[in-house]
Amino acid sequence: MQTSTSSMPLPKRLIGFFAVTIALTAAVAVLGIILGMVGSFVSNGGGGVTWTFLSEFPRNNNTEGGIWPALAGTTLLVLLMTILGVPVGTATAIYLTEFAKQDSWFARSVRFAVNTLAGVPSIVFGLFGVGFFIQFMGNGIDGWLGTSSFGDGSLLWSAATLAVLTLPVVIVAVEEALRAVPRDLREASLALGATRWQTIVKVVVPNAVTGILTGSILAVGRGAGEVAAILFVGVTYSSESIPSAVTEKFMHLGYHLFVLSTQSPDVDLTLPLQYATTLVLLGLTFLLNLTAILIRSRLRKR
Amino acid sequence: MSNPFKQTRKRPGEWIMEWSIRLVASASIVMIFLILLFVMREAATLFVSAEATTEATSTPSAGSNMEPESYNPDAPADAAASEPDVYNPEAEDPTTTQQQGEPGAPGQFIYASKNPKYPEIYNPDTGLLPEDIDVVAEDQAEVDTSRKTSVLSKLTGDQWQPVGDVPKFGVKPLLIGTLKTTTIAILIGAPLGILAALYVAFFAKRRVREVVKPAIELLAGFPSVVIGFFCLVTVASFIQDITGAPYRLNAVVGGIGLALAVIPIVFSIAEDALSAVPKTLREASLALGSTEWQTAYRVMLPAAAPGVFAAVLLGIGRAFGETMIAIMATGNAPLSSFSPLEPARTVAATIGSEMGEVVWGSEHYGVLFFMGVLLFVFSFGLNAVTELYVKKRLIKKFQGQ
Repeated sequence: MQTSTSSMPLPKRLIGFFAVTIALTAAVAVLGIILGMVGSFVSNGGGGVTWTFLSEFPRNNNTEGGIWPALAGTTLLVLLMTILGVPVGTATAIYLTEFAKQDSWFARSVRFAVNTLAGVPSIVFGLFGVGFFIQFMGNGIDGWLGTSSFGDGSLLWSAATLAVLTLPVVIVAVEEALRAVPRDLREASLALGATRWQTIVKVVVPNAVTGILTGSILAVGRGAGEVAAILFVGVTYSSESIPSAVTEKFMHLGYHLFVLSTQSPDVDLTLPLQYATTLVLLGLTFLLNLTAILIRSRLRKR
Repeated sequence: MSNPFKQTRKRPGEWIMEWSIRLVASASIVMIFLILLFVMREAATLFVSAEATTEATSTPSAGSNMEPESYNPDAPADAAASEPDVYNPEAEDPTTTQQQGEPGAPGQFIYASKNPKYPEIYNPDTGLLPEDIDVVAEDQAEVDTSRKTSVLSKLTGDQWQPVGDVPKFGVKPLLIGTLKTTTIAILIGAPLGILAALYVAFFAKRRVREVVKPAIELLAGFPSVVIGFFCLVTVASFIQDITGAPYRLNAVVGGIGLALAVIPIVFSIAEDALSAVPKTLREASLALGSTEWQTAYRVMLPAAAPGVFAAVLLGIGRAFGETMIAIMATGNAPLSSFSPLEPARTVAATIGSEMGEVVWGSEHYGVLFFMGVLLFVFSFGLNAVTELYVKKRLIKKFQGQ
């Protein structure tokens, strides 16, 4: 082994230079691809994103007009998803940080399940949505209540599917926030005579609210862009109105883009619309993720 | 964190709340089981009914329709009556899957003909239309037996042609397509992700790191349709200009798209693993006189090897399970060709593009769900390996053998 850099023979120094450069190149390449992608969307789609584009219904078989129902459908979807998923995720995170003995088999199984859930391909969640939510629960509810509206794809079942899909995102984010709450606070609360539950509700959770918010935002960002999981669970390519009940089908920005760019007979005709839709979808998820990253880095500094 | 709450007073209300939190926490475990159970349940029609057919032919009466225990007995009749073209889950029950029994009997399978393009999909051998089934139910059952028992041999065939007079469900071209695109994605994505992680973890200055790291993490938040669209309109033309490939959309374009999805995963896990290497190792190496790059490549990278390996495994999991990019950018043709410049069709993309048009409850439907089970089992296995094996090795390594 060499004793100092200067006494190293030239070939070795060249290798060293090369070794650093190649790592730098990789980082630059990844950043370049990201910038190139965003740049191409902004330059091609920037002009298409106007107020009328955002506020109008699509016309003429999706070849003209705007994306309002898709935007509204996506918003309703992620709202419902948040209502269904975030409480469960938060409760799980509270369990993992506050109650669980870290080595107990139950805590370890929960952790393993969360990690596994994060790795399951989203298309499998789509199949799960069909098999469990629509076929089993939906038809079950229909048979029970004598209705016929639950046994088909709908906003409700899509939101439920996405809630399961985004569960790990919420859990990981909230858990991180709960762990960032200083131990002193907990101990002070307990020393004052508060019970464990009082400590959690009045001390730990209020201190972790930003974390729960981060988790929700990240989940919304993930859910807004997810298409594969809802493909057969209630999304539709064309709709006359904004859904007014949870059992209705809905339009979705990501699916709209997918349909415009691959399923329509004349793809080139709608290219400007596709770019504009992409820009809106990307902008939406980008803003959500950026907010979450900023909140998180502030949290880490604390 | 050890539990600081060991001996505290309990109140009944709080006790209930704490246990309900415990109960909710098991939701993730329950979901894993439910996913496996219900995806398998839909796929099971393929296999279970082969035996059930013989059983049912011997006792072909409507009275033999046994109701599964968990269900409201009224459900099948109601569902069948009120909504004839929704697939009835009651029909899952082996004895009710068959088409005999009096027309309209409870639990009888209702053949949906949602898609007029292939109404005969359930009876390719006889070409019967769904409406005719009740009339010739007895013959039908026998034809079905011979057809259903060969499901396994059908799945191992060489061709994927799910729509046609004689549907072919050979998954080989799909497996080849998945292998092809996943390999390309990992060959591009893994080195880029790992090297970028190495740069960020060791060579970059702090201020650079604080920009590069979140930027790459933002890529993880890109919706996969957006990446797919980018490949469809930009990367595809670019690749065709360079290589002169005969097909605009091919496995390379798809592989690049999947690599874009893989890079942020590999990057962030590898970066975590590299930063977790104890500082003492680095300092010892530098103190012995080795340079920064020697330390990085010969000390830190090997030390973090299990974590980097885990990163690649999870990257593979993402690549083969990714659906939208695969549908949009690979060309989606089920060819048994290993050439990277020819189109490919992955398993996930097949489910994604065909599930919407399939008749719910048909054989094709069962095959698609069966492939879903395969995807689930494979991703579960990958995750189990990273969780149980890799992490243990990592811990052992850093705590010193």
